[in-house]
Amino acid sequence: MSATARSRRTRNLVRIGALTAVAALAVGCTSNTPAAESDDDGGGTSAVSDNDETGDTVVIGFSGPAADHGWLAAINSAAQSEAEKYDDIDFRIAEGTNDPSMQISHVETFINDGVDAIVLLPTDGAALTEVATEAMQAGIQVVNVDREFSSEFAARTTVLGDNYGMGVSAGTYACQLVEENDLGDAVIAEIAGIDSLPLTQDRSQGFEDALAECGQDVDRRVAAEFTVESGEAAASNLLQAANEIDIIWNHDDDQGVGVKAAFDNADRDEFFFIGGAGSANAMRWIESGEMEATVLYPPTQAADGVRLARLLAQEKGLADLVQVEVPRRVVLNAPVVNADNVEQYMPLGFES
Amino acid sequence: MSLQTSAVESGDGPDLRKDVPEGKGAAGGGLRDRVTTLLSGSAGRNLGLVIALLLLCLIGLITAGDRFASLDNMMTVLRLSSVIGVVSIGMTFVIIGGGIDLSVGAIIALASVWASTLATQAMANDTHWIVMVTTALMVGAACGLINGLLIAYGRMAAFIVTLAMMAAARGLAEIIAGRRTQVVSVGPFLDFFRGSLFGVPRLVIIFALVAIAGWVVLNRTAFGRRTLAVGGNPEAARLAGINVKRHQTMLYVLLGLACGLAAVMLMARTTAGTSTHGGMYELDAIAAVVIGGTLLSGGRGTIVGTVIGVLIFQTLTNIFTLNNLDTSTQAVAKGAIIVVAVLLQQRMAARSTPG
Repeated sequence: MSATARSRRTRNLVRIGALTAVAALAVGCTSNTPAAESDDDGGGTSAVSDNDETGDTVVIGFSGPAADHGWLAAINSAAQSEAEKYDDIDFRIAEGTNDPSMQISHVETFINDGVDAIVLLPTDGAALTEVATEAMQAGIQVVNVDREFSSEFAARTTVLGDNYGMGVSAGTYACQLVEENDLGDAVIAEIAGIDSLPLTQDRSQGFEDALAECGQDVDRRVAAEFTVESGEAAASNLLQAANEIDIIWNHDDDQGVGVKAAFDNADRDEFFFIGGAGSANAMRWIESGEMEATVLYPPTQAADGVRLARLLAQEKGLADLVQVEVPRRVVLNAPVVNADNVEQYMPLGFES
Repeated sequence: MSLQTSAVESGDGPDLRKDVPEGKGAAGGGLRDRVTTLLSGSAGRNLGLVIALLLLCLIGLITAGDRFASLDNMMTVLRLSSVIGVVSIGMTFVIIGGGIDLSVGAIIALASVWASTLATQAMANDTHWIVMVTTALMVGAACGLINGLLIAYGRMAAFIVTLAMMAAARGLAEIIAGRRTQVVSVGPFLDFFRGSLFGVPRLVIIFALVAIAGWVVLNRTAFGRRTLAVGGNPEAARLAGINVKRHQTMLYVLLGLACGLAAVMLMARTTAGTSTHGGMYELDAIAAVVIGGTLLSGGRGTIVGTVIGVLIFQTLTNIFTLNNLDTSTQAVAKGAIIVVAVLLQQRMAARSTPG
């Protein structure tokens, strides 16, 4: 009786510990990556473990969508350069495609080749679930990145960006601006991306929820289409709708180029301009004071996936966790980049 | 004969589906004649559209008041209309001539990317920004020429040829740009096209000039009359001595040029050239042309109608944004407006056509 109670308590403690550690990792992952990018050997981690030391050579297959967007291009190049840092990774990269059936055949090839692990950013999570499950059954460690499979059995570990969290970060930062600048009932506007996408809805929901925390709401909302042109048109109309705006959050820095052009054309800069995704353009604007901040949607998710895949294949754990296994799920933080920390994040900025 | 020529003379869109116009616009005809034909022809045909646009403006006035009526807002609507407007005017010619072009958006993307590569921008910095403009125009015209030659001389369906061009041109744009947004940093180029003249943005002035030129060419020149003839009845046009194939090719080149110009304007508007430019322009342009009263089967059409068609869509988006309404509702309204405008216009046109 008392033994069961004790073991239950220990189990709970371990669970809480693991959760805290995952949270710490989520924060740590994004904020440490710039240092890792600069080819730092990760002295911090090797003090705790020998994870980064060359181990058994593992074959990792990577497949992602066609890089038709600056962010996706950054995803691919970050994954590749991460793999190149390790001597014990034999990295095989399948050509990017937007066709799920093509991607399925890439994964089938990986299975036939008998790779040790697969890092997969699916064009469509549901469509790739079956072949990923097959890979798992064949004993291959599958790491699912960004777009989730529809089954728990299709991946050993899932690495996700946090769209809702992006909205929360933007909203919380907006609340902070309202307080610091004493804006009272501020006029807050939102320029969303493609409105029918779940990720856009998540971002907007997070933004709304965070603003509600400080008694603010979204006064004006327009949607663009993630393209420069649609961003310019949406922003031009938005500026006509309100003579005075205090804060504008634009979901996507790719369309942000157009949004910025509209601001310049109308000669308006009375508001705080917050962006999203974290392109190099946005970071340069932040540096030169033309933009207040941008919320990062980490383009290093696949790179994190590669690292985790290596650990899984070498049967190592995450050094910063007490638990000896790689976690099932890692949700990355969406930090705010502003003038204070832009230098630190600049290497992460992707050319869009 | 007198009725026919005066229709050519003053009607904005004479119906020449059966007639082959060879009479040069009669110098005479009488002022009274002209006024009556103007009322029954051009104005009558576009009356439904004008009413639709006025209704829309009324809704804007009621719901958004001064904000809608402000000069600044009007200029914003016109500025946002200008790029798609230039394309739609080119598209009007192609559709009147019995063709269709699905590749306009892709051609704009390709022209904008080609004209904003580092190499082109460097050359523009060394010489003059006109280099960028000519590059865009030449790329547009070349794409149009390929379309036209394949359609007219290769005897392929316009739908298929331009569908192929749509895929190929956007693909090439992606390859050239490496799928990145190429920011335009040629100062004088931006200053010129983003500037205004007497408070009117230069983009709007370009749109107006293209519209006027389009109207004159369609209604006052042999080229315009040939376009109507070729679209109305190509066989009759051929028998009447018109080089139909050459004329069709020229129409696609003209539209290609319009796309090149639109690319220049879009680069100025967004300060960037990218392979995502001109998304869905083919549908927006065709929609504007068709609600403007141009027959999709060719042979009849008006420039004024097309311009109003473009304005209706932009005004709609503007009013929705001013009232903070969401995009889904806007899509529904857009669909409804197309149907209502076409219905209104058919009624008005039927009533005002004499006989």
